Amino acid sequence: MDAVAATRPDPAGAEPDPAGIVRFDRTERLVHWTTAVLVLVLLATGAAMYAGPISTLVGRRELVKTVHVLAGLALPVPLLVGILMPRRGGGLRADARRINRFDAEDRRWLRPRRAARPGKFNAGQKLNASFLVAAGVVLLGTGVMMRWPGLWSVDLRTGATFVHDWFAIGVALSVTGHIVLALRDPIAFAGMRRGVVPARWARRTHPQWYEEVTGHPADRLAPNPQRETGVRR
Amino acid sequence: MDAATAPPGPPPGRPVDPAPARPTGSPVGRRVVLGLVGLGAIGVVTGARVQDFLERTLGPVIAKDGTGVTALLPFGRFRIYTVTGSLPSRSPDEWSMRVGGLVDTPLRLTYDDLRAMEPTSLTRDFQCVTGWRVSDVAWRGVRLADVLDRAGVAGAARAVRFTSFDGAYTESLTLAQARRRDVIVAYEMEGSPLSRAHGGPVRLYVAPMYGYKSLKWLDGIEVTDRVVPGYWEQRGYDIDAWVGRSNGRDDEAT
Repeated sequence: MDAVAATRPDPAGAEPDPAGIVRFDRTERLVHWTTAVLVLVLLATGAAMYAGPISTLVGRRELVKTVHVLAGLALPVPLLVGILMPRRGGGLRADARRINRFDAEDRRWLRPRRAARPGKFNAGQKLNASFLVAAGVVLLGTGVMMRWPGLWSVDLRTGATFVHDWFAIGVALSVTGHIVLALRDPIAFAGMRRGVVPARWARRTHPQWYEEVTGHPADRLAPNPQRETGVRR
Repeated sequence: MDAATAPPGPPPGRPVDPAPARPTGSPVGRRVVLGLVGLGAIGVVTGARVQDFLERTLGPVIAKDGTGVTALLPFGRFRIYTVTGSLPSRSPDEWSMRVGGLVDTPLRLTYDDLRAMEPTSLTRDFQCVTGWRVSDVAWRGVRLADVLDRAGVAGAARAVRFTSFDGAYTESLTLAQARRRDVIVAYEMEGSPLSRAHGGPVRLYVAPMYGYKSLKWLDGIEVTDRVVPGYWEQRGYDIDAWVGRSNGRDDEAT
């Protein structure tokens, strides 16, 4: 894919870097993949305790429960360690700040059939990331209530189970969508595996970020794709 | 970007993602996180009532849904708990049950033997100690008391112990509990033969107690001189598991 950028010289000479742009540093990738493994373990063990047909296949409720609880308690560790590392956590902290802020482009992105110029993350990615952080907090809290039930009234325990179930369904849907979109955009997927994306991809899908990084205008390619869908080669 | 200004680390020549300047725009991300965490907290406080409402209004619809899609929603349905690795399997033809211990005549009952006994039906809620409840489940089988009488209970008997052909699960009742009219050896649920997942071909159903007393895949009844704690009772659950009056819970009685 790096060759793609190299063989497409820009008429204005604005294609700055055939080697690509760093999108995620090592810390961010480590945090992403350790968290991904934990989330998949949690979804699998959770499904084994929750969905009848899977429960009947897997059984071993005591073991499944133990693995689920341990993975759940470990869930926040990679992100917290990553974000607290004084020097190596810089990229992660910067991206967290980006995800937090919504500008006019983000609001435009959310409106159907309006061309938008996303920054490093589009509004969908920002909202999804915020949802997942909240879901992690809620699932961990309600999970602790379910695991150590003696401290709570029966109504609160029932409420915790209720909330845990619904947020888990939300996370399952979100993660499924995340994986589907990653598989549909191999360049974005490679960006999380190797950390680097071609400048041309950045320019098309994240034009504001492209400008921020390279100092070159991104608007030559028209029309600007509104969302990151479809495979680009 | 000038390579000289790039921080150390990445290979030279690759523009590095610079930290954004001052954050601009409104902190929607933070609001979403705080809002959802707040929603979760409200859900924990009100969830019991909401769940109750959903089970009353939608539970009956879901129970009758043949597609199974709504079965994935978290209310109004059974959750299948098994303590062993795989789901035990025994056809009615292969199945038989020992009735032994402190009895006059030890028995081995086949599925047909059980079917030939006087049937009894009852429709009651099923309440799990972990919180879920399924309303108005129709059960059919024979009274445990009738099975015990058929073998004849000896004078020294005080309790009854049950074993499962999953090879691990056990349960116990006092003799008085075992003789209740709402404690049955069940072979039908909701008008159909008991499925494998629900403990078929034959299970125990102890209507007034939490679900863990209703042992699945029943294959042995032993009359004993004392209560032997069952599988979950060895792991901390109450032996006398009356719904609403045990395990620190106050559910409505079934």
